[in-house]
Formats: sequence, C-alpha cells, structure tokens
Amino acid sequence: MQTAPIHVHPPGALLALLGNPNCGKTALFNRLTGSRQKVANYAGVTVERKEGRLQTPQGRSLRLLDLPGAYSLAPRSPDERITRDVLAGTAIGEKRPDLIVAVVDASRLRRQLRLVLAAQRLGLPMLVVLNMADRAEQLGRAVDPQRLAERLGVPVLGTVATSGRGVQALQAALDDPRTWAHPPAAASACADDPAADARRVHELLVELGIDDSAGAEAGDRLDHWVLHPVIGPLLLAALLFLMFQAVFAWAEAPMGWIEAGTAWVGEWLGAQLGEQASKGWLRSLLVDGVVAGVGGVLVFLPQILILFAFILVLEDSGYLPRAAYLLDRLMGGLGLSGRSFIPLLSSYACAIPGILATRSITNPRDRWVTMALTPLMTCSARLPVYALLIAAFVPQRELAGFSLQGLVMFALYAVGLLGAMAVAWLLKHLSGAGAVRTLMMELPAWNWPHAPNVLLGLWQRTLIFLRRVGGIILLLTIAIWLLSSFPAPPQGASGPAIQYSLAGQLGRLLEPLFAPIGFNWQICVALVPGLAAREVAVSALATVYALSGGDAAADQLGGLIAGQWSLATAMALLAWYVFAPQCISTLATLRRESGGWRLPLGLAGAYFALAYAAAWLTYRLTLALLG
Amino acid sequence: MSQALDELPLQQAARVTRLQLDGQPPEWARQLADIGFTPGESVQVLRRAPFGGDPLVVRVGDSRFALRRAEARCVRVQAA
Repeated sequence: MQTAPIHVHPPGALLALLGNPNCGKTALFNRLTGSRQKVANYAGVTVERKEGRLQTPQGRSLRLLDLPGAYSLAPRSPDERITRDVLAGTAIGEKRPDLIVAVVDASRLRRQLRLVLAAQRLGLPMLVVLNMADRAEQLGRAVDPQRLAERLGVPVLGTVATSGRGVQALQAALDDPRTWAHPPAAASACADDPAADARRVHELLVELGIDDSAGAEAGDRLDHWVLHPVIGPLLLAALLFLMFQAVFAWAEAPMGWIEAGTAWVGEWLGAQLGEQASKGWLRSLLVDGVVAGVGGVLVFLPQILILFAFILVLEDSGYLPRAAYLLDRLMGGLGLSGRSFIPLLSSYACAIPGILATRSITNPRDRWVTMALTPLMTCSARLPVYALLIAAFVPQRELAGFSLQGLVMFALYAVGLLGAMAVAWLLKHLSGAGAVRTLMMELPAWNWPHAPNVLLGLWQRTLIFLRRVGGIILLLTIAIWLLSSFPAPPQGASGPAIQYSLAGQLGRLLEPLFAPIGFNWQICVALVPGLAAREVAVSALATVYALSGGDAAADQLGGLIAGQWSLATAMALLAWYVFAPQCISTLATLRRESGGWRLPLGLAGAYFALAYAAAWLTYRLTLALLG
Repeated sequence: MSQALDELPLQQAARVTRLQLDGQPPEWARQLADIGFTPGESVQVLRRAPFGGDPLVVRVGDSRFALRRAEARCVRVQAA
C-alpha cells in the first residue's frame, strides 16, 4: 500500500478538497465518503494521502481526495507542497483533479478567501463550500452563499460538516453540469500577489457587509485559563496524569483477556496437532512462534487504543496546539519545538505510533531528532521486564510513605526521560545549533469532539498500527523461533533445549562481552529474542531456566533469579533496559519513516553503547556500595 | 507611532502596518502574510509565555496564532 504510486487511475472524476488547516475539511471528507476511505502515503514522501468515494444523488461515482491543509499555494512544508503539486498536476502518480472543492470556515473568511482566489487562478472548475456556517451565524456574521457566488463567479454552498447540514445540497450540486464548467481563461491570467488578494477579499467582505473583525470570542475565556502561565501547565500536567492512569489502569482488564485468548488459542492449536509426534516442530512453530508472537503484539492494542482515543479527542477539541504552545519553551531549551510533544507522549505506550506521529513536524531536523528520542521513552513493553526484576529484588517496604517498589519503577521512567533530555541537549549542540525554527502555529477555535470523527480516526490508526507491526513481528517471531529451536539438542542432553540452539550458542558467544556488566549466559540468551520485542525477554528467561510457560513460570522465575543473581546484576539489567535494546519493529519503522538505514542503525549503535555504559556504571556502583 | 508586535501591550488593539524582516529568513514575509499579517489587519497580543514572553499568542483578524518572539518582531503595528 504505502508508497506505490497509482498510475492507472481508477474510473470516476476526481475531486480535490482544498482548504486551510482547521477549516473542517476532514470532517466534510468523512461526511461525504463515510467509511469508504483509503489511507496511504503520497509517492516518495510520508505525507498522508486520504482518498474516498462518494455517490451523487443521480448515482455517479466520484473520487474525492482530501488534500493536506494549506494556508496558501506557496508551500512551507512537505504537506503544502503536495497540495500545490496535485493541483498543478505535477505530483508524481497523481491525476490532476477535475474539480476543486474549496472549503472555507465561514466564520474566518478574511484569511481563507485568499486561498480561494489563488486557487481560482489555477483554471480548474471550482466549487466553494462555506463550512461551519452555524458558527458564522452565532457570531452574527452569516454569509449569503448566493451573493458570494455572484461575486466569485463560482457556485457557493453553505454546510455544517459535523451535523450534516447542507451536505445533501452539496452532493446534488455535483450532478449539476454547471459545477463542472471551466472558468474563462482570462481569470487565470493574473499573477500570484498576496497583497492584491488581501485587497480583493477586503472589497468582497465590505460588499457582503461582514468586514468588521471579530475581536473577542467565547473561546478566549477558555483560553484565558488554558494558556495561563501557571494554571495552564498545571491543567496540562493533570491531563497527562489522567491519560497515563487510563493507559495503564483501564487497559489492564482487556489485556488480561487478550493474554487469556492467546493462551487458549495456543492450547487449542497444540491439542489439534498434538497427536502426531512427527509434527512436533510444526506445533512448536505455530504455538510458540506465531501465536505467542502475534499475541505479544496484540496485547498492547488496548493501551494503544486508549492512548489514541485521548490524543484524537484532544486533537478534535483544539487542545493539542495549545499544549504545544505551553511546552514550546521547555522543548526549545532542548532544541525542539512544542510540536515534538505528541510523538514523545505516544511513545510511552509504544515507540511505533510515536514515530508515525512525527509526521506532523514540519522541520526535517526536528523530525529526525524527535524520532531519535522516541525509543528512550519508557514504552509499555519494558513493563514486564521491570515488573519481574523489581518484584524479585526490591524489598516490599515503605520509604517515606511510598512503596519502595513503586519508587524504583518511577525512577526508571525518570531516568529514561532524563536520558532523552540529555540526548536532545547533546544533539542541539551537535546539529542545528542556532538554527531558526518557525512556530507560526494556529490555535484553532475550540470544538466539542465529534464522536464519529474520533471513532473513524481510531479505526484508521489502529489498522495502520496492526498492518505495520503485524507483518514484521510475525516474520521476526518466526526467525527468533528458528534461532532458538535449531539445532535440536543432542541425544541424552541434560540442559534446556535452547542452550544447544543457535540462540543459545550466540548467548555463550556474547557472555564475555556482557560479563563486565554482570550478565550471565542465561541473560545473554534472553537478550537475543528480546530484540524482537522487549517483553519476550521474560519468557525467554523462563525458557532458559527450563520452566514451563504461563503465568506460574513468571512467578517461579522471580523466586529463582532472586536466589541466583546478585542485586548488582539485576540493577544492571534494569539500567540496560532503560536504554536498549531497540526492538526490531521500532528500527524497521524508523527505517521506513526516515527513508534509510542511517538513522535506525546509528541509533541502535548509540543506544547500545549508552545502555552498556549505564549498566556498567550501575553494576559497579551497586557492587561498590554493597561491598 | 509604529512598533513591533512583540512589544505591543497585552490586549491592546492594533493594526498591521507592514512586515519588516531585519535579517530573518526571507520566506517569513510570505508565511506571515499567508497566515493573515497583511497591512490593515487587526491584531492583539492575547498571552505571553512567562520569562521573556516567548512564544506569544496573537489574535490576527479572526484567528489565533502562537508566534515566536522573533516572528512577532517582524510585524510592525500601529496601536488603534
């Protein structure tokens, strides 16, 4: 799917939705196409391409392209460049649209009509949609579509995309041949001049009697508190706290169901194949490899869904750019802008959605730095490893009224965050020092989140996540299974099978490398499958210690390693997992999004070194302190 | 008397007179104009971040934008 350019254009005329960011364009797109949407990328760039189909009342099937939001046809970001190129007919693999549907926020005509004027010069048939007509009415600045249509010389319709008002009339207008009429050639002759356009818009608005500027709006009162220098950050902190609570507390039950479901499927499959001994390897591949591997990814779906739901609601309401404003100074000190905040936040559930979310960062340098930081955010796959080691080695007692185990867990999160800040600070001084970063970020009007939009967004992002991760995880779990199963143990072998496999041999080979940081060969073996997904390290440890699978094994494992490992080894392993290893799906996503191997390989090397240093320091310090 | 937008007192209504880049990236002129900073447009500073007032929240026409101080400094305004 992603980047394959569509050179054979599907049948049906192509409509392109053009508009400023935050004009309700995507809500209108959802309203017109429903769930008949295809989300992919434009050829060669990671700009999201959304295409859908719609049916006119007379039964014509049309293609609708939701162009990236743009303030003008002079591009300032890769997104806006796509918009210009598609409209000009120069985008690779894209057909030039047959009709421009220019969407404007009816309550913010002054700026938005300039884009309409610029688009008119392209010489394509055009239809103007006055969206958010209800808000313009509330503000006492209702626009008469008929009068505007006469002035502009193109059809104009009023809509409210979120409620569906005017959408039928819009669909009916697409059956009217006059909508598709090409404008007279003279109209496209004038040059592109923002000042002239501004004067023309001013004249238009004076004629329509709505030139007075709005001044204060109801949303300003809310902004007074949300953007307040003291209350604003407190509110943001409270929101983040709630979000984390939700991600970890609410997801617990569904995660349990998925684990139980995976175990059940594994057992069922095992029973089906269990009869023939010759099929033993097949059973092992399917049960221990495929089912366990896919289940290991699916188990994070509830957390990711909750996180995405929060982010989508915040996005739909208009809060996200405000949060970015509040954090801009803090992030600026680290050489980033407020826009990096959402990707980093998402990475606490999983780095992969975090890396995908960096697409909204327009500055290329900021984007790769943000991508580089995502693996340092404590993703939820580290939790099982942390939980195992903390339960085994940290005594259950209170320290100043807090649980000591909880404090250690918090410290691990904090160390990850501090590490990320240190890396960002370092990168600021190594690259792009003194570089000017533009902010110019719109704070859109406040909106009640629109449930269908949020649900549709949730569905699309989930699909993308599953597709990205499903394929690679499946492949890797099979590869890791092969490594840990072959060659089979020799006749009369006494140790666990994994000890004789390639993975086991690799662990032995790695042992001298990891001995200085206190890792024994069992840990080294577990690190290998831990590359596929961090939490797999726990079950791999259980396998190495020749325990049977399931929850009971993890419990027993805690007691076992508490007896066999030194505290220093356990602490070193915790420190190791704060920084490394990057799971292979993260590296694969980094390769795809950064467009090459340089970033993922560089990061893997750098964080490996960082993890080694941190583990060494922890090991030596713990040994020195405890004698 | 014309002044830079970043020095306009909070809530003071003003109008844009012109854009003056003073060594900032030349593309800013077009970008600021595109988001609404054109001569005659009404502007108002709504919020300033604590410690140095960077970034700031500005109302321009009917929209609200967060701008860096350096960006706001390119916009010359006349208090109304």
